[in-house]
Amino acid sequence: MEVAAGGGCGAGPPLLLSESEQQCYSELFARCAGAASGGPGPGPPEATRVAPSTATAAAGPVADLFRASQLPPETLHQITELCGAKRVGYFGPTQFYVALKLIAAAQSGLPVRTESIKCELPLPRFVMSKSDAEIRFGNAAELHGKKIQIPYLTTEKNSLKRMDDEDKQETQSPTMSPLASPPSSPPHYQRVSLSHGYSKLRSGTEQMQPASYEARQPIGQPEGSSSEGPGSKPLRRQASLIRSFSVERELQDNSTNYPDEPWRITEEQREYYVNQFRSLQPDPSSFISGSVAKNFFTKSKLSIPELSYIWELSDADCDGALTLPEFCAAFHLIVARKNGYPLPEGLPPTLQPEYLQAAFPKSKWECAIFDSYSESMPANQQPCDLNRMEKTSVKDMADFPVPTQDATTGDDKQALKSTINEPLPKDTSEDTATSKDCNSLKARPRSRSYSSTSIEETMKRGEDPPTPPPRPQKTHSRASSLDLNKVFQPSVPATNSGLLPPPPALPPRPCQTQSEPVSEADLHPQLNRAPSQAAESSPAKKDAPHAQPPSKPIRRKFRTENQTTESQEPAAAVGGAAPTTMVKPHPTVQKQSSKQKKAIQTAIRKNKEANAVLARLNSELQQQLKEVHQERIALENQLEQLRPVTVL
Amino acid sequence: MAVCIAVIAKENYPLYIRSTPTEDELKFHYMVHTSLDVVDEKISAMGKALVDQRELYLGLLYPTEDYKVYGYVTNSKVKFVMVVDSSNTALRDNEIRSMFRKLHNSYTDVMCNPFYNPGDRIQSRAFDNMVTSMMIQVC
Repeated sequence: MEVAAGGGCGAGPPLLLSESEQQCYSELFARCAGAASGGPGPGPPEATRVAPSTATAAAGPVADLFRASQLPPETLHQITELCGAKRVGYFGPTQFYVALKLIAAAQSGLPVRTESIKCELPLPRFVMSKSDAEIRFGNAAELHGKKIQIPYLTTEKNSLKRMDDEDKQETQSPTMSPLASPPSSPPHYQRVSLSHGYSKLRSGTEQMQPASYEARQPIGQPEGSSSEGPGSKPLRRQASLIRSFSVERELQDNSTNYPDEPWRITEEQREYYVNQFRSLQPDPSSFISGSVAKNFFTKSKLSIPELSYIWELSDADCDGALTLPEFCAAFHLIVARKNGYPLPEGLPPTLQPEYLQAAFPKSKWECAIFDSYSESMPANQQPCDLNRMEKTSVKDMADFPVPTQDATTGDDKQALKSTINEPLPKDTSEDTATSKDCNSLKARPRSRSYSSTSIEETMKRGEDPPTPPPRPQKTHSRASSLDLNKVFQPSVPATNSGLLPPPPALPPRPCQTQSEPVSEADLHPQLNRAPSQAAESSPAKKDAPHAQPPSKPIRRKFRTENQTTESQEPAAAVGGAAPTTMVKPHPTVQKQSSKQKKAIQTAIRKNKEANAVLARLNSELQQQLKEVHQERIALENQLEQLRPVTVL
Repeated sequence: MAVCIAVIAKENYPLYIRSTPTEDELKFHYMVHTSLDVVDEKISAMGKALVDQRELYLGLLYPTEDYKVYGYVTNSKVKFVMVVDSSNTALRDNEIRSMFRKLHNSYTDVMCNPFYNPGDRIQSRAFDNMVTSMMIQVC
């Protein structure tokens, strides 16, 4: 289909546009022209097709549109030159269409030349901020909201694509009429990816009514306006249709589309997060305390300031604990950050707890209480288990997830504006404890009267999270650590000398842990014992290397057994053993050398294991130290509260 | 509005100081530092009185010809010091109180962050934003 050479064209070769492109470009042109003429009365879309032949798009909106395509300015200059607008001095329809085609070409990576427009190209992509959309196309969009859905249906069929689709919508598409669509239909179904200009324009309508989000289930968002309803239904349908026609998905993925794209949690991501949450906190309706979450997220190896900022973003009610949706949001932010996306200024709307809670099946939150509390869907699904059970075991993650993120971040004003809504309610809710339902459920006095009682409450609540886990005495009590030290110390000199001299008169040692230190201490003086003892101990020593990898205590046991066997010798026999060693030095020396090698090897292995154990011990002790530190602070606070304020 | 806002820890080292950049910041730092003495004096004078909000708010610490310095102390002896422009006579006591309340709220939020160690400098963006909003309220 060729563009009718309307007013003053003759610019370049005839333009071959597909049907979708034709529709798209005509819409865009109408927008630019309409906006320029200040509030159009464009009726049915057919009228807009007629209009372009006579109208011209004003430079202002066109420039904005081009800038929204996110191409470098030089490219844009090239495009305007090529399309002939500079030559003719205005953006006629032909010039506009050529320009759009060139933009599409440039965005696809093709060089900006007149030949490029001959190819079959995806539609150009425009990312516009919310304010621009509102200003430019607000009126027009609203008017178009109801009337241009049919063309949207057809035009977007081949070009839009979505990350998720609802195939069930597909069957509804041909039968749906925009005006008949119920206004109460959830506006937050799959949002059109801002991959195309007109989609952006339509999303101008969405942006005006904030929060049209991807959702697995219908959510009655309060902001949906009537035009949003019908506007969103075709969006949904198209979204599903588009999915099956994904062209150059990678290109679109790399462009800065809808800014929330990287912040949307897919289903498998969701599953993963929930599983991780369960590993830390078996009750999905309860909280993860701050310290547990801190340990967990520290494993992601992000810097502490970044983690601190992520926490700030995700802990919406600032209570020092993470509920499941908060946890998912935080996890998702961490994942995004590790994938290279810069952190947003505010919590993206798709990551807000109300949205996350409502977006996923209730079955995940097995809390019967919150069913009874549910007033409105988005607000009140906060789990209301007030008991924060602290999970002390921090399971190691095999690897922090790196799910493929399809789109880069576009930190748009839209995200900003929608997230401003988030902190603002928080500010205004300071004096009313009920404005944030989550807080009301948690019974946290957000209205801080700053009386001493409320401070105490908050402080006590603040003390709850840092309650340290029960000390794992068994793993690294002092006794055991000392044992380990003593275990490893004598092994080194013993193996250096290549001897395992048994102490002469040692009582049999049934209990290894306690007896070992004693036995090892006694081993020391026997280190330079005669080789005869080495000969006697050689069978034991041979046993020792064999048995070494499994467990050290067993080795000790061999030694102790050895000791016991040899301890049966009278102590005096030791003195007799000494001269006997002089008698037979040779055969024992050879044995000693081979034994020495083995001994050295075993010693090396032992030392390595010891290192590992000690390193682990160290880290555990460090953690304990931190927890104790926190305890101390909490206790100090308590003390100050209780102590009368006399002297500073 | 508020020309300088400072958060001082219990041990009298600053956790957070921010001034409007147009002025000489050092002067404000010095004013905050000298105001700490006044804060200590006021706190010690409280005696065994019940600690309620009115006493958390210390009021005007001392006025200079250009500025007024207000103080506020929390139960954990963290002090907030605010320097306001004297030319702005519209600032009433209640407004100062509300500003301190907001500061205290934001500070508690910072504390709730498990990645924040008490005694560190405050680097929370939310806190920064709140302070910025207070500092440019009327400008």
